[in-house]
Amino acid sequence: MTASIEGTDLHHALAAHCFTRTLSPSFVDRIVEHAALRRYAQDDVLFREGASATEFHLVLEGRVAIETHAPGRGSQVVDTVEPCETVGWSWFVPPYRWLFDARAVTDVVAVTVDAVALRGLCENDPAFGYALMQQVAQVMLERMRSARVRLLDMYGTSTR
Amino acid sequence: MSVLAQTPGPHDAAPAPRATAFDLRQFRVQHRRQDTRDTVTLTLAPLDGGGPMGFEAGQFTMVYAFGVGEVPLSISGDPSGGKPLLHTVRDVGGVTHTLTHLRRGDVLGIRGPYGQGWQVEDGVGGDVVLVAGGIGLAPLRPVLLQVLARRSDYKRVVLLYGTRTPEDVLFADELEHWRGRFDLEVEVTVDYGPPQWRGKVGLVTSLIPRAGFDPATTLALVCGPEPMMRYVGSALVDRGVPPDRVRLSMERAMDCGVGLCGHCQLRELFVCVDGPVFGYDRIERLLWLREV
Repeated sequence: MTASIEGTDLHHALAAHCFTRTLSPSFVDRIVEHAALRRYAQDDVLFREGASATEFHLVLEGRVAIETHAPGRGSQVVDTVEPCETVGWSWFVPPYRWLFDARAVTDVVAVTVDAVALRGLCENDPAFGYALMQQVAQVMLERMRSARVRLLDMYGTSTR
Repeated sequence: MSVLAQTPGPHDAAPAPRATAFDLRQFRVQHRRQDTRDTVTLTLAPLDGGGPMGFEAGQFTMVYAFGVGEVPLSISGDPSGGKPLLHTVRDVGGVTHTLTHLRRGDVLGIRGPYGQGWQVEDGVGGDVVLVAGGIGLAPLRPVLLQVLARRSDYKRVVLLYGTRTPEDVLFADELEHWRGRFDLEVEVTVDYGPPQWRGKVGLVTSLIPRAGFDPATTLALVCGPEPMMRYVGSALVDRGVPPDRVRLSMERAMDCGVGLCGHCQLRELFVCVDGPVFGYDRIERLLWLREV
């Protein structure tokens, strides 16, 4: 697939994106077959908490909010995802359901990848699956570190 | 040299010598600005008829709320000569509660300035990256004012700022102004964001990989809570900034301010006289030690 948005080449975009740029070219080629460039308008919802995780997004432009909703408190943004970052890792881990909402804070251009097809490729080719798992684990690690450090509420504590 | 006879400030550009390091000058509150719900900036004028207090960006003073106590506070004003003394104070305890509730005309005592500053001039000819967390933006404000006053001496100038929520953003008006400049990159992130917040939510470290600077020529100055500085220092070095070009401003319980009481001791270092600004190459091993 060589679809483009405003001159963006899908293959080039994936080769340059932080999630895929360290993968071998043949692995990137396989992902390209199951990916498409998409544009999301400000406040478009990319996915909802609890929904089946059938695709994920590699952000090229714009900002996506990861948020959750609490009765009486409304929505709370727990993270934002920027260019060269990845929206979603629940597609990789059973039961393949989103844990948070994802909403475009600005207009967003992203590579949207068919997660169901990618899971199938991982099942059939352990080398591809391992390479992809390392990338997803990196995303999970960063998100976990971010969440844990913010739990410290560093800016809220002092003494005198 | 006896610390009591020592001229405060490490550099030739530091303020004029005073009689002893324990001299207390009285200052009157000229202006009080409420920055956030718990933080105010006080503009102070000396009562003794002397000139304004000179200082180097990164230095601190000991501020005495009469009858309550004394705390070390970084100077947040313009370090160029002749400007009033500014302190930005957050209400976190007994003394700072009193200071944040002072009104115009109230009087307080000040000793200093003390300590080693940022030595901003080391960044001349290269990029300057400031990374601030929470109230840590206050000691970096003088740096930014100094750099902007001689903007052509530096290449890219970047300010990365992380704080708790959008309501806790310090110097919001100035940040907005600085963000509007074409010769300054300003990025802000918060730990928690309401849905109407259109900015970034996440750790300040997440701003470092994308910021536009050349690590090889960068002087990086970092101020914030100690865990944040550990992560930021490490991220800057990972990005390629030489460790001796990364500087951190340490916060410890400074009581005398002149290296006598030992309350701020960090192994062999006295934060009040050897710091508060340290090179990452010198301080890194201490950052990872427990109970120091």
